[in-house]
Amino acid sequence: MMAMTHGGYVAAVWLGAAALLGGYAVTILRRGRKLSRQVPTEERRWS
Amino acid sequence: MTATTPAGTASGTSATPTSTTSGGGLAGGRPSPGGTPGPAHTGSAATRVLGLLALVAVGVLVLYGLVISPADREMADSVRIMYVHVPAATLLYVGCFITTVASGLWLWKRTPGWDALAESGAEVGLVFSIVTLFSGSLWGRPTWGTYWVWDARLTSTAVLTALLIGYLALRRLDLDPDARSTRAAVLGLLLVPNVIVVNRSVEWWRSIHQDSTLARLDPTIEGDMLVALMVGFLAMALVFTWLLVHRFRVAWLEQQADRVDLDAALLARRAEAADAEPAPGSAATAGFDPPAGSAPTVPTDAAGAGGPSTGADPTDEKGTPT
Repeated sequence: MMAMTHGGYVAAVWLGAAALLGGYAVTILRRGRKLSRQVPTEERRWS
Repeated sequence: MTATTPAGTASGTSATPTSTTSGGGLAGGRPSPGGTPGPAHTGSAATRVLGLLALVAVGVLVLYGLVISPADREMADSVRIMYVHVPAATLLYVGCFITTVASGLWLWKRTPGWDALAESGAEVGLVFSIVTLFSGSLWGRPTWGTYWVWDARLTSTAVLTALLIGYLALRRLDLDPDARSTRAAVLGLLLVPNVIVVNRSVEWWRSIHQDSTLARLDPTIEGDMLVALMVGFLAMALVFTWLLVHRFRVAWLEQQADRVDLDAALLARRAEAADAEPAPGSAATAGFDPPAGSAPTVPTDAAGAGGPSTGADPTDEKGTPT
């Protein structure tokens, strides 16, 4: 791994995918928290 | 299905159920001072277990994909990009498939849950399509010598991504919710046919893109590279499922919040109407101030329409609770 060819491309893909998926996950969780406060508990059937 | 809100003004969709919520203090879609009980988020025990499994699988993927798996004889270390790219592309297809099936079921059943699932599949699918295009172009640079080429596979994938963006943009139009969901569902039906075009494009047209790696009994990779790819599928599938479940719950909450807002708006409108009903000697009759002894000169159609009556005897008005 230390002498990886095209290491920059590999790192960019892995880090970029992690950042995109992680950022999207955080966005969804935030939206869920915000909306959950506006909706009665009985409508949150997973709670 | 016909909605029957108390005022009869709902848009007639099953996405806007009609009962007034009994959740404490939700007027205006805001929490009551005491707040609603229960956890205010989209998580549950199942999603926490799923999230934990996904994190473990991602850790194993990093270990296998970046450390254990050897470099390829031809692609060298850029083969490690495949452990992200191929699973992401597959889950893009899965997201499109979910959206198409859920769109069809929504058009058939008109159940709000299918509409929420269709939207969720499209949005999560779009995220994975971005990962697919991003990783593919970064793989193409060291392998093909270019980030992008208007090849059949790449172009059709870009078209599919544009279709997903259009689908999600359509869902954000300021339309009647029922009409908006119907139009989006019709567009959602086109996703799977497009996926078939993307998937078959390397066979239907001359393509620089390689053929399928696993879609035959003798896969072109083996050993630790095959294991790394399988772990990639597993990890990405767990992440996809976790995202889809949470996104579905967000879509569900959006539907419920819209309903709460609609109920609150109806209540406010009715309260305004009740306040506007003129009472004897109220402001509604003060503006005319007819001369003493003369009959009021009011257009007769105003009284017939149920508007503020300025008849000679305001106590004759109907419909005003006493």
